[in-house]
Order: sequence, then structure tokens, then C-alpha cells
Amino acid sequence: MTGLELGGAGAVLALLAGGALLLASVCVLFRAIVGPTVLDRVVALDALVIVLVAAFGVHAVAARDASTLPILVVLALVGFVGSVSVARFAAKDSR
Amino acid sequence: MSAAEVAARVADVLAVVCLGLGVALALVAALGVLRLPDVLTRLHAAAKPQALGIVLVAVGVALALRTPVVVGVVVLVVVLQLVTAPVAAHMIGRAAYRTGKVRQDLLLVDELSQLEGRTPPEGGLPDGCTVAGTPEPGAQGSDLR
Repeated sequence: MTGLELGGAGAVLALLAGGALLLASVCVLFRAIVGPTVLDRVVALDALVIVLVAAFGVHAVAARDASTLPILVVLALVGFVGSVSVARFAAKDSR
Repeated sequence: MSAAEVAARVADVLAVVCLGLGVALALVAALGVLRLPDVLTRLHAAAKPQALGIVLVAVGVALALRTPVVVGVVVLVVVLQLVTAPVAAHMIGRAAYRTGKVRQDLLLVDELSQLEGRTPPEGGLPDGCTVAGTPEPGAQGSDLR
């Protein structure tokens, strides 16, 4: 059995969620590009990690496929290490 | 429809609701990161789904897939995220304050500079510098309320 047991509504809902996540990732990427400081970029990339986790979750549910779930663990860990190391070494004039 | 089928249908609907809330929270956070004016406010917007959004998505996935392995992985993700996200947000906020990237005109209260017993850093402290100044006795906010 593939897909949610909600008839065709499952596919529509997955598409809606994908569209919302696409819009969210565009917003976050714009902030990551324009900055203006390195900490703004770190915050934006943290938010991008959240969007990615939500996207993998939606995919796992829509496809009834658990094979992408370990990626969620990796994303949680990598996002933490990345933002902490950048925040630790953020200098006064770094842009 | 047997009871098991009803339970499966209810779990599916709950999963969709949880995932929808999580996705909506991620979208709101992204709009906040895009629109809010400085590092602390953007951090405030981005830190909400790092806890609640992840929990909602994880509950949705667990309710939809309903196998022990999936539940285990999802619990691992939630625990990791709940432990690490506040630490990361705190470090980013502290780095923003110490490097002078907080807009003082947007602050209502600056208890940190009161605790440090000094005026807010104009251009921020030098890189890697920690604030060692002891609060003056009787200084407002020095009792760590």
C-alpha cells in the first residue's frame, strides 16, 4: 500500500505541503544570501535545516517510506555543529 | 470497517494534521527570518520550529508509519533537537550581543549590560573577549532575578 489511506486527498495535501516548504526555503535562502551579517546567515541556514526536516517528513509519510529517516538524525546533528562553530568564531567585523 | 481499520484511519488523519501544523510553523518561521529586522528577532522566529516544528513533524511521521524502528529514529531526532537547539540559539544570541550586532534601538530592556555593570558596547567587544566586569553592588539587575 502506497500513499496515505485518504484517497486522492493525500496526494493533494502532500503537494500543498511541498509548495509551502518550497516558499519557506526560498524565503530562508534569500535571507542567507543577503545577510547582512554572518549570524543572520547562520540563523537562516538553521531555519533551512528545519524546512529540510519537514520536507523529509512529508516525503516519508506521503510515500510510506522510512528509508530517509536516518537523514533526519544527520541533519539535526550537522545543523547543531555548524551553527555552534560559526557562532563560536563569529568575529566583530565578519560579514 | 473493523476497529483496527478505524484506528489506522484516525492515526492517518492525526498524522496529516501534525505534519500540516509542522509545515505551517516552518513557513511562518521562514517568513519571520526573511522579514524581521535584526539578528535577535530573526533568531526568535527561527528557534520556534526548531523545537515545536520538529516535534510535530516527528509525531506525524510516527503516527503515519507506525513501526518500532521509525518510532525509535523519530524519538532520537526529537531528543537530539530538543537538547541541541536551545544551546545553538543561545550561542548565536550571545555572539550577536558580544559582536555588537544587536540593534540597541529595538531593545526595550538590556539586562545583560546591566548585569555586566557597564554601558552597552557600542561597537561590540573584541573577538574572543569574554566580559569579566563584576556588577557594581546594588546595580539594577545584578541579583540575577
